[in-house]
Amino acid sequence: MSSAPVTSDREQRILGIIETARAKRPRFKDARVTMAHGAGGKATQTLIEGLLAPAFSSPSLDELADAGTVTVDGLGLALTTDTFVVRPLRFPGGSIGELAVNGTVNDLAVSGARPLAISLALILEEGLDAGVLRAEVEAIAATAAAAGVEVVTGDTKVVERDHADQMYVCTSGIGQRDPRATLSPGALRPGDRVLVSNTIGEHGTAIMLARGELGLEAEIESDTRSLWPVADALLESAGDDLRTMRDATRGGVATVLNELARASGVGIEVRESEVPVLPEVAGACELLGIDPMYVANEGVLVACVAPEAADAALAALRAQPGCERAADIGEVGEEPPGMVLVSTTFGGRRVMDLLAGDPLPRIC
Amino acid sequence: MKFVDEFRDPELGAAVSAEILAAVDPGRHYKLMEVCGGHTHSIYKYGIDDLLPDQVELVHGPGCPVCVIPMGRVDDGIAIAQNSEVILTCFGDMMRIPGSNGTFTDAKAAGADVRMVYSPLDALRIAKQNPDRVVVFFAIGFETTAPSTALTLRRAKAEGVENFLCICNHVTIVPPLRALLESPDLRLDGFIGPGHVSTIVGVRPFEFIPADYGRPLVTAGFEPLDILYAIQMILAQLAEGRCEVENQYKRVVPYEGNQAALEVLSEVFELRPHFEWRGLGFISQSALRLSDAYADFDAELRYSVPNVRVADPKACQCGEVLKGVIKPWECKVFGTACTPEHAIGTCMVSPEGACAAYYNYGRYARERPQAAETLA
Repeated sequence: MSSAPVTSDREQRILGIIETARAKRPRFKDARVTMAHGAGGKATQTLIEGLLAPAFSSPSLDELADAGTVTVDGLGLALTTDTFVVRPLRFPGGSIGELAVNGTVNDLAVSGARPLAISLALILEEGLDAGVLRAEVEAIAATAAAAGVEVVTGDTKVVERDHADQMYVCTSGIGQRDPRATLSPGALRPGDRVLVSNTIGEHGTAIMLARGELGLEAEIESDTRSLWPVADALLESAGDDLRTMRDATRGGVATVLNELARASGVGIEVRESEVPVLPEVAGACELLGIDPMYVANEGVLVACVAPEAADAALAALRAQPGCERAADIGEVGEEPPGMVLVSTTFGGRRVMDLLAGDPLPRIC
Repeated sequence: MKFVDEFRDPELGAAVSAEILAAVDPGRHYKLMEVCGGHTHSIYKYGIDDLLPDQVELVHGPGCPVCVIPMGRVDDGIAIAQNSEVILTCFGDMMRIPGSNGTFTDAKAAGADVRMVYSPLDALRIAKQNPDRVVVFFAIGFETTAPSTALTLRRAKAEGVENFLCICNHVTIVPPLRALLESPDLRLDGFIGPGHVSTIVGVRPFEFIPADYGRPLVTAGFEPLDILYAIQMILAQLAEGRCEVENQYKRVVPYEGNQAALEVLSEVFELRPHFEWRGLGFISQSALRLSDAYADFDAELRYSVPNVRVADPKACQCGEVLKGVIKPWECKVFGTACTPEHAIGTCMVSPEGACAAYYNYGRYARERPQAAETLA
């Protein structure tokens, strides 16, 4: 190795180039949309931050929160929209209709807004079995009733065979912002604690197994549920000490934590041994070479809470039905800004980055 | 998980870590290469680097089978997939490997029928379900995955399946290791031997490393304790002045390998005269092609492919990084022409490759005590 000062100058310069490149707003330069753009990782981030956000920039949108905010005559409202494409339509623990209602309700709930009403749009493929459609309509009605929201408007379109995969569902939701806390992805401060509301990774694992391509069988059910009662309990117990909440859907808990670390300019350190994972989920993920931290959930939220309110918030979470295994999984720190570190179960540390695209099974 | 958690016990890990610390000579720097991409993954996943003293540095080897596939082979696969009757099938992590004009994921977005499979047998099943299409399996991997490709081809032949073909990119582990060892500027003190490959080929093929090149090798399993034990065994050899092949992974790896698997390999495959490795260039007798008995299944014979060698840019120094001669940031194209978004060499293609890891986490890594400084 050559003389130390020269190499270290060069290293500094190279690291400087990388820093500059990373700090730049991602640009959407791809020639075509690929499946990676829909996977929730870096490609999705490029699509959103490189194409969509700049085109529609506004103070509310620029937060890139789960719901946008609108104020009407002093009344704070939250507005969100979501599209659901899932195969198979029905899977252990739920169906596309349940996802469509709960997904939108949850985007409002984690934004600190009480869900009031949703819209429903259906894109149906020519030839869809009427029984399948009827079952989903019933599922939507039942799930909306359980979540305490009304379906107040809707739309239907039918497309030719092969132009859609059975049915797609689009829902938008409106909610009233709760005055007990002001939540923002950029509100994290060093010392804050990171909570998850229950065991993670069940929805994505249930879907992968339900597709039947893996030849694996395990009794894993999707966790789809309304998170408003959970959010309500957190708002009640932590009040303004609640910094932010996110539902850990596509990209899982790992992606949410990365987004929060970037938005707040803080580091987050996760204790892997504290992260609650069902043994069946851990086993299936182990076989596939996938980390449950990146697997989608439909009924788990991540909450960041000021340290003085964290114990009360955790107790309030655990008192909620279906949140008995809520856990304090980590802490916010100053360094390294914008990054998530994991203390592994084995005693080492690693960086938990955004995925580039889909979590792909590994051969090596 | 039974029989897994036992090998991830942090208390045992700390104990082995202490043994490693006791075995190192404080004035010496040790560079050990883990040959296999699976080991690199475990080291990264469990943060094993953090459990090692500063004097012990792990160098990631050439053993990630998807990362070493050169751009020209990806281009050939995409060219075959452009035929409208073709369904191209491959393992998941192959989907992201860049050719000269994009990845299989890009080809799929542009209209090619590319499907991810978990096993070559899944590809054969797709062929049987689609008799009017031609299913091409893009076979990759070391001796670990080659037997499953071979058994699938043997079954396709026995069942008379005519619409199943294979683009064979299987590679062998010994030639690239020999190429690394031949290098006059090699700075490696020992090797963590590839556990998965060794389940097939056994441990014997690695005896040349201590015998001819004077470097110890310990074949290791993939759980964090396996890897720590292997490092401890290598350091013990160095401390005691021994230099031999040892097998830490005896619960899975027989010394003589798996004879049934080796037989099916020799029936279905033969050695290519040479094969190009991304970042390492051409290495003679380092890859497999279908034998004459299986020529009917060879997609390269059925379809005309560009077969153009897309040269790695001259400035790419993956070979030097792999040999431990330079650090990633010392490579001429690192961080400028070669980035994770536009990777040139194998070390940047793999997210766990030395260059990609340094690019993504270098700032964090710099804040930790760096082995490089003790060496400089």
